[in-house]
Amino acid sequence: MYNFNKLYEPASVEEALQLKKDHPEALLLAGGSDILIKIRDGKLSGCDLINIYDLEELRGICLEEDGSVLIRPLTSFTDVSMHPVIREHVPVLGEAVDQIGGPQIRNIGTIGGNICNGVTSADSASTLKAYDAMLELASVDGIRLLPYADFNIAPGKVDLREGEIMTGIRIPKDSWEHTYGDYIKYAMRKAMDIATLGCSVNVRLNKDKTAIDRLRIAFGVAAPTPIRSFTAETSAKGHALNEALLEEVANGALADVMPRTSWRASKEFRLFRLQLVKELARRATKAAVEKAGGKFNG
Amino acid sequence: MANRDITCTVNGRKRTFSVDIRSSLSDMLRGQAGLDSIKHGCDVGECGACTVLIDGKPFNSCIYLALWAEGKDILTLEGLSDTKGTISDIQQAFIDEGAVQCGFCTPGFIMASVPIITKDEPSSREEIRKQIAGNLCRCTGYENIVNAIEKTQKKRIAEKKK
Repeated sequence: MYNFNKLYEPASVEEALQLKKDHPEALLLAGGSDILIKIRDGKLSGCDLINIYDLEELRGICLEEDGSVLIRPLTSFTDVSMHPVIREHVPVLGEAVDQIGGPQIRNIGTIGGNICNGVTSADSASTLKAYDAMLELASVDGIRLLPYADFNIAPGKVDLREGEIMTGIRIPKDSWEHTYGDYIKYAMRKAMDIATLGCSVNVRLNKDKTAIDRLRIAFGVAAPTPIRSFTAETSAKGHALNEALLEEVANGALADVMPRTSWRASKEFRLFRLQLVKELARRATKAAVEKAGGKFNG
Repeated sequence: MANRDITCTVNGRKRTFSVDIRSSLSDMLRGQAGLDSIKHGCDVGECGACTVLIDGKPFNSCIYLALWAEGKDILTLEGLSDTKGTISDIQQAFIDEGAVQCGFCTPGFIMASVPIITKDEPSSREEIRKQIAGNLCRCTGYENIVNAIEKTQKKRIAEKKK
């Protein structure tokens, strides 16, 4: 039995938005794999909930007319990783969310919940950052579009204003077209673990596949919130495919990150995490370039 | 707190339960339906001992609200036996391979393995391990569990080809 107080049960997004406006203190309940556990723990006991898990209009993935990949927020990690649109256009996102928890957690956990929690370790976050995702945030007053780049304010805090519900995650065509990506999660265990560091890279090569046309790289757990490394991206632009490229990306990444210490990582461990930043940046870049058909010289 | 009637299919039978809306699916199925194969292990979705299939997919019933089960098709370990109570091939394989010691995790493991053994293509041991990664066993060391699943999957695939 869960010790929550009121349970609001909207039958549509419209009703959910009205409820969220009327009861700003009530929490949105999606898959519940964080909220229900916090209720059980006592951290959220007695809270009010708006159950949106049954709203089918917030579930599913499609390719829109303008070529954007639209992911509705209640889509489970399993459904994200299995979906043909994801597999064809942004396979790295499917590979990233396939590393969350175990099968049972991937069936209940939702991609919207993953990023609205605002934790730096969210496995979908770095890939969505690296693909410059756009968020659709709805309220009774209308829809606000926000780059995911601007969404995380502080650990556990995101730019969801009072009365707002996330209703869509879009990856624009320009972001995914002709790109190849790679995600590396470093954790203590292969499953049921939270990332010590996560790194997502996607690259677009030039026409003859000899140089980087565009590289995008983002990290989870390398800072209090998921972050992009623009220094690494700038230094990679136009770079030939060689060892120096990997070194530039690794050093650029190191310049931008700010890992903190936590119960999962002591002070000494921070140094290890900085080493991981360089190493994962190198490896993910190399893997992405190779997936794109690029060959390394020297 | 308000009670609610929840109607869902459990092990092939349509049933209605009157539940407190704060109940988890494990509270409903173990507490009210008496399906004791569902174990309350960690109660936070980490151990997998409460695993059931909902519309064919494994879920931790301890972190699933009972009211989400409305209209769903639920399968628990009890539903694997035939009407005479004869156990299924996967259950027998767990016994034969020594994949059971204390037995507390076993129903959860068997339910998590159902989607694997019903596949048409053989899975690698690595793939099997990935599919049971949401279940913990503190006795067996997993090897015999993987053996039981692998053996049952092979047998079923061979039977399909006949």
